[in-house]
Amino acid sequence: MAYKRQIDRLPIPPADAKVHNVTCHYCIVGCGYKAYTWPRNKQGTLSDNAFGIDLGEQQGADGTWVAPSMYNMVKQDGKDVHLAVVPDKECVVNSGLVSIRGGRMAENRPSKVTGTQNQRLSDPIVWRNGVWQPTSWDDALDLVARVTARIITEGSEDDLLLSMFDHGGSAGGYENTWGTGKLYFGSMKIKNARIHNRPGYNSEVHSSRDMGVDELQYRYSDYEVTDTIMIVGANPLETQTNLFLNHMRKGLENGAKFIMVDPRRTVTVNAAEEVAGAENVLHLAIDPGSDMALFNALFTYIVDQGWTDSEFIKNSTFQSGEAVPEDAAHPSGLGSLEYALATCRTSTAEAAEICKVDESDIIKAAEWLAKPKDGERKKAVIAYEKGVIWGNDNYRTVGSIVNIALATGNIGREGGGCCRLGGHQEGYYRPSDAHVGRPATYVDQLLISGGGKVQHIWACDHYKTTLNAAQYKSVHRKRAAMVKDAMDASAAGTREQQVDAIVAAVNAGGLFVVDVDIHHSQIGQNAHVVLPACESNEMNLTSMNGERRLRLSEKYMDRYGNSLPDCLIAAKLAQNMERVLREMGHDDYADQFKGFDWETEEDAFMDGYHGGNPDVTYDRLRAMGNNGVQEPVQGFENGKLVGTDRLYMDGKFTRHGRDDKKALFCAASWRGLQAPGKEQERANHKFWVNNVRANIFWQNQFLDKDNDFIQDRFPYPFIEMNADDMVEIGVNPGDLVEIHNENGSTQGMAYPTDTAARGQVAMVFGSPAGSQGNVVNPGVNELVLPDYKHTWGNIRKLADATPAARSVSFKSKEYTS
Amino acid sequence: MRCKKMVDVGRRQFLRGSAMAAAGAAATTVTGTAAQATPANAQVDYPSGKLANLADLVVNEPLDIEYPDADSPGVLIKLGEAVEGGVGPDGDIVAYSVLCPHKGYQMSYNSDDRTMNCPGHFSRFDVEAGGQQVWGHATQNLPQFTLRVAENGDIFAEGASDLIFGRPSNVL
Ligand code: SF4
Ligand code: FES
Repeated sequence: MAYKRQIDRLPIPPADAKVHNVTCHYCIVGCGYKAYTWPRNKQGTLSDNAFGIDLGEQQGADGTWVAPSMYNMVKQDGKDVHLAVVPDKECVVNSGLVSIRGGRMAENRPSKVTGTQNQRLSDPIVWRNGVWQPTSWDDALDLVARVTARIITEGSEDDLLLSMFDHGGSAGGYENTWGTGKLYFGSMKIKNARIHNRPGYNSEVHSSRDMGVDELQYRYSDYEVTDTIMIVGANPLETQTNLFLNHMRKGLENGAKFIMVDPRRTVTVNAAEEVAGAENVLHLAIDPGSDMALFNALFTYIVDQGWTDSEFIKNSTFQSGEAVPEDAAHPSGLGSLEYALATCRTSTAEAAEICKVDESDIIKAAEWLAKPKDGERKKAVIAYEKGVIWGNDNYRTVGSIVNIALATGNIGREGGGCCRLGGHQEGYYRPSDAHVGRPATYVDQLLISGGGKVQHIWACDHYKTTLNAAQYKSVHRKRAAMVKDAMDASAAGTREQQVDAIVAAVNAGGLFVVDVDIHHSQIGQNAHVVLPACESNEMNLTSMNGERRLRLSEKYMDRYGNSLPDCLIAAKLAQNMERVLREMGHDDYADQFKGFDWETEEDAFMDGYHGGNPDVTYDRLRAMGNNGVQEPVQGFENGKLVGTDRLYMDGKFTRHGRDDKKALFCAASWRGLQAPGKEQERANHKFWVNNVRANIFWQNQFLDKDNDFIQDRFPYPFIEMNADDMVEIGVNPGDLVEIHNENGSTQGMAYPTDTAARGQVAMVFGSPAGSQGNVVNPGVNELVLPDYKHTWGNIRKLADATPAARSVSFKSKEYTS
Repeated sequence: MRCKKMVDVGRRQFLRGSAMAAAGAAATTVTGTAAQATPANAQVDYPSGKLANLADLVVNEPLDIEYPDADSPGVLIKLGEAVEGGVGPDGDIVAYSVLCPHKGYQMSYNSDDRTMNCPGHFSRFDVEAGGQQVWGHATQNLPQFTLRVAENGDIFAEGASDLIFGRPSNVL
């Protein structure tokens, strides 16, 4: 039985409610919301309220409505206040639209009154006497600093393994990437670092950048005025919801054609067909991992037909052969169009065979993308995401996509663009990471092979979101347990004795784990010190969205308990490191930890982002409201920040840092499944196990796992399966099944899906109740980009559907008109 | 059945919005008792609205209803098989709001797979599973009306499980 809220009335915000600008802190789209707060003992009326409308009347479609999920009661300046977080109709990003994630911002705030998100950490906790015990910041950070300082002075900074978010929104943003970056890449030069979703410290789009093309160069309105939208390995209706609904949809309504490249049919394809008509939608359901062959064929065909933009190519791209040779840091050579095409050249017939799609469909795609219309160049937006970023041969495949956009002059122009769609928002401002090197260290493998002695984790949960997760977890738990045992044995001793015991344990192969997070995560179960962070709106936070739109999302509530913004945790940790190092007699080293005397997140912003972008301040951003300003900021005129509609409008490409400002093409050479072990895994198993997202969950469900509405719908991770495959292995809807292969096993709930091809299943990523990463092999590309998407396994039934699973709907997710 | 054509008519009327709303406020269309305008109770006082008689229902053919007042369109469906929350002698009668709890577009019924489907942004809800959102953007399941069947077969709505789109209170 579906979850019922049993709410039939909500408090009304009064006309004098406080109003705060909010950028949704979940996905990359960054929709605008207004947060209304008002005292607990006050309320508006049907006729006199904050919305200025007569709420006594039924509101029509698209009318203002506060859903129960948009309401909560939170603390503000120490007092309980009502909170309503409502989509902003004036925000150009979402125009008042709300997604199933953003519409739950309010109910996903911690509240002592309504009992929501009481899983949030309120105080630092330390492993003591066999359990976690709460303590003060001073006590917890003293222990972290003493152990860390001992390890990196007795050994080196390479003994510190670092897992660190690099994104905006949520708990990221310019303030927090700067705070952590200044500590680990400024005061220290930590080399063995990785990012929340990949096992090294590297770009997910190295090749696009090396070609001179930043991966977020367009603006969302380009979708509305283009001729063709091509989406590769992405499912924007689910994962960039209001980008699809408010921008791509308008493009389709204006007559754009839609190409989807994805082995799986998704709700995005269905919705595009509804809006544009099936005849204007082309779904290229390619064989998993064969993307590059398709794009090479499109590139070849477009060039051979003469559908390229020769002026653009002449003026804006490199002209004379090879510019960058293939080497250890560049998995393919880069250079002129002719140079790249010599390698990329693929006929449509060859691609049809590799990709297992009709040759005529490949030609149709080329025509939709580039065949001139009434003698005019076609405009096309091409966007890609995890299907290739987490896919086969990342560097070359991304390069093969950007080749098409460059050849057709679709970058830096209205109605064009070649961008990643993105996951989180962005908000990266850190000192140089050049010391990390390229290729970066494969940090997970280092940890698994016994490397590293102390690990600092910032808002990452590798239990749910890394590859080769089964092995990672097993080693991590064992190494952390050695330290727990040492701590238990020395619990009654002095701090010094305890640090000695910990250092002895890590020297014997243990790992001392410090975890900074908003809740006690799965990997946090292995931690020895857990430090409580806060989220956006419990602090002020700046981020930019997928069209580089920078906003200040304002603080409207108190931090939960003693939690702190990540930037201030980093600052406190730096201060403790300075103190301890000085005590230890390392004065010079201690001096490197100066410069963290921040009181607020704004101080961190001014020290970091503002330092590099002197026009930008909190006050000015606040005045720019939910529409903000598109980066890079060019100046401040007439009381407004002046931004940039899209990058490279002057035809000069800069992302690679080349003096000639010419874009490069990528010599993308097809080599089948690139990552080690993948071809063998495919040969040995029955099912391709796709790793997919669903609109209902934000990220790895770190908040949603505590949300009744969400857990009622999917009590276990769904595994979409063809019904005939289910019959063959004797599985009914909702039954618990296990996916297994040489890497490990994971489990979920079978969800019959008539659009799923036989032999292909799609499991939702990052679930706390079944990590898809357990069965992903350790294979990466030359630059340590993982291939989560290409996993094969066998499936067996574990158990009949539980009562929770039996009450779930197993109907098709596709809208029917 | 709330066929596509009817939905379009319904939607046009609906979008005309407020003028109609005022006229129809606080009364069910059929034999409803007037809603109480006394918000002092902790719980909203729902009107009891007669929706239909058992004899009016044909399996899998939804009947258009309005509850708790004329501005809140819904459907009453006899499913033919008992479902959780279903009433009537066969335990198979359910009723829901048809205003999508995402942005309030009016939905239509797919009798093949027994879902309510929203033309607004493609959400869909399972009428056999308590109005659970199968897929979509709403942050709640479909408001389901609490039903009572009288001895003479008259079916009454007397409550709702969730807040209806476009109102701060289910009874205005
Ligand atoms: S589309 Fe993304 S940014 Fe917008 S409301 Fe949903 S989760 Fe938030
Ligand atoms: S109004 Fe129904 S999906 Fe948006």
